[in-house]
Amino acid sequence: MAFLDIIGVTKRFGSVKVLHEINIGVEEGEFLVLVGPSGCGKSTLLNMIAGLEIVSSGEIRIRDSRINEVHPSQRDIAMVFQSYALYPNMTVGGNMAFGLEMHGISKSERQALVKEVAELLQITPLLDRKPSQLSGGQRQRVAMGRALVRDPDVFLFDEPLSNLDAKLRVDMRTEIKKLHLKLGTTTVYVTHDQIEAMTLSTRIAVMMDGHLQQIGSPAEIYQLPSNLFVAGFMGSPPMNLIPAKIVNGNDGIALHVSLHSGEMTALNLYQPSPGLLNQVGREVILGLRPESITDPDSADRNSPANQPLLNRIIITETAGSDTFVKTMLGGVEITSRMRGDSEVSANSDASLVVDMSKAVLFDPQSEQRIS
Amino acid sequence: MSQSRDNSLPTSHFTRALIYTALLIFAVYYLLPLFVMLTNSLKTLDEIRAGNMLALPRSITIEPWLKAWDSAQIGVDPSGLKPYFMNSVLMVIPAVLISTMLGAINGYILTKWNFRGAGVMFGLMLFSCFIPFQIVLIPMARVLGLIGLAGTTSGLVLVHVVYGIGFTTLFFRNYYNAFPDELVRAALLDGAGFFRIFWRILLPSSGPIIVVTIIWQFTNIWNDFLFGASFADFDSQPITVALNNLVSSSTGVKEYNVHFAGAILAALPTLIVYIVSGRYFVRGLMAGSVKG
Repeated sequence: MAFLDIIGVTKRFGSVKVLHEINIGVEEGEFLVLVGPSGCGKSTLLNMIAGLEIVSSGEIRIRDSRINEVHPSQRDIAMVFQSYALYPNMTVGGNMAFGLEMHGISKSERQALVKEVAELLQITPLLDRKPSQLSGGQRQRVAMGRALVRDPDVFLFDEPLSNLDAKLRVDMRTEIKKLHLKLGTTTVYVTHDQIEAMTLSTRIAVMMDGHLQQIGSPAEIYQLPSNLFVAGFMGSPPMNLIPAKIVNGNDGIALHVSLHSGEMTALNLYQPSPGLLNQVGREVILGLRPESITDPDSADRNSPANQPLLNRIIITETAGSDTFVKTMLGGVEITSRMRGDSEVSANSDASLVVDMSKAVLFDPQSEQRIS
Repeated sequence: MSQSRDNSLPTSHFTRALIYTALLIFAVYYLLPLFVMLTNSLKTLDEIRAGNMLALPRSITIEPWLKAWDSAQIGVDPSGLKPYFMNSVLMVIPAVLISTMLGAINGYILTKWNFRGAGVMFGLMLFSCFIPFQIVLIPMARVLGLIGLAGTTSGLVLVHVVYGIGFTTLFFRNYYNAFPDELVRAALLDGAGFFRIFWRILLPSSGPIIVVTIIWQFTNIWNDFLFGASFADFDSQPITVALNNLVSSSTGVKEYNVHFAGAILAALPTLIVYIVSGRYFVRGLMAGSVKG
């Protein structure tokens, strides 16, 4: 039993099943991010927790009591919407106090609570303004203030930052994280932005087509994606997925991968799982993060499995702190991350270092991770 | 150079002169009847008979206005238009308020509390906007008789409310359609119920469309002649019917000045409503969305 339990929750619209048997347990104080491409069902799941959508089957429990039939306003949750949904006819203060008023809290108490939260969010000077007189970032703060003032058991965020410009989004992301550190309220946050998911969460649930793909800490999701979808979706640039074949190498079993020239090279597997030993000849997909294929200077010196590689550089992209370099490996274009001042140039051969201790293997048919 | 000229396409003086001439002609064409009515309502009957229609009054008299208001012969009574004006007021105010309120609630339900068959329901209500008045005359008379409201002001209020709901619902539905659903969801989470959300969140943001609906309903109901002539008794007839009786029940001489004054009196309330809230009308028609 966790603080917020989602048990076998399914959602159907008519005959269309949009969520398939979702099971998630959120511990008290956790910051869970639901992430996935649009249409994956993450917002539907959030709305079901809020009580704005009916649960077709399964159960949602808060503090071990079933809330499927509880009215949204009685669930002790507060939600921040993508469009902020500030009441246009009320002042900022009125917006924040409305929920309290509906719950029968006295005027003096309302004012005190609103004042406290306004100070926390630094929106005290805005309390008498109308939402139309606020900037995007200010509206965002007010929307959060309206949720905070209720002091709920669970915070729900529905893509709260997607209407902000890029710089403000990064700032607000930090604000939300600080706020969570300070208050420790259990939070479920929906986004399609995997960077938001990685930076904010204590745990991430990756969803696609109504199925939960993987749930785990940001590091787990990043290092050990459970399938090809998660590997490709999380991380920017995404994980390189390289077709390879298991062979007997000089030094245990290895992977045969083609270089740009068409020549084959062998990459030794680091501590291969026993199951792979008798699978020589099997086609697999090798997953390597861009930072695991890098120049000799940037390579992790503590890695026990650095392997050199000489390959042709197709193109380089300078991004300030990093240089992204494209090469061909296994017949696909892959991205490697090098230092910002790396001097490799396009159309020349460069030596690369592959950190095989970070390698993951997927089965090309089932698309699941096998090692 | 004025700002509007800056934005307009470059045109020659000749084109411009042509445009202004045409506009002027249309303006005169539209204003001429009002001018004739106003000037002639201020002339004595002798002057009307002697002079031409377009001439300004030689001596201004308000006698025709006073006569039209409270002593002109209407049907059998020399009561003037006053009691009928009051009948119209007593009919139009409740009819406009009730139909606007119902339209607002209908629009709210149709857009924010979607239910199975809402589309069909709305389609049927929209259809009612296109039913010609004449078709419902006999069934309506029967219904009014059955519920005991035949020949009363309340009966006319009912008829106009029923007929107005289609339009008022259409107005409010389209307005609330652009109103973000997330606001309703946020209010639900805040603990507001069905009517509280309507009363506290939607209605305060509905100013422009309320003005549009009131003007529309007021004009239609005030100007209605057919229902008034069909369903009202002598003591509940609206001013439009009385005006017709004033003009048709002459005691020998046709008092054109009194008729003109009476016609302006009958048109005055709608004119005032337009002048007072006309700019909200245009604004409301164009207002699509509420920025949250």
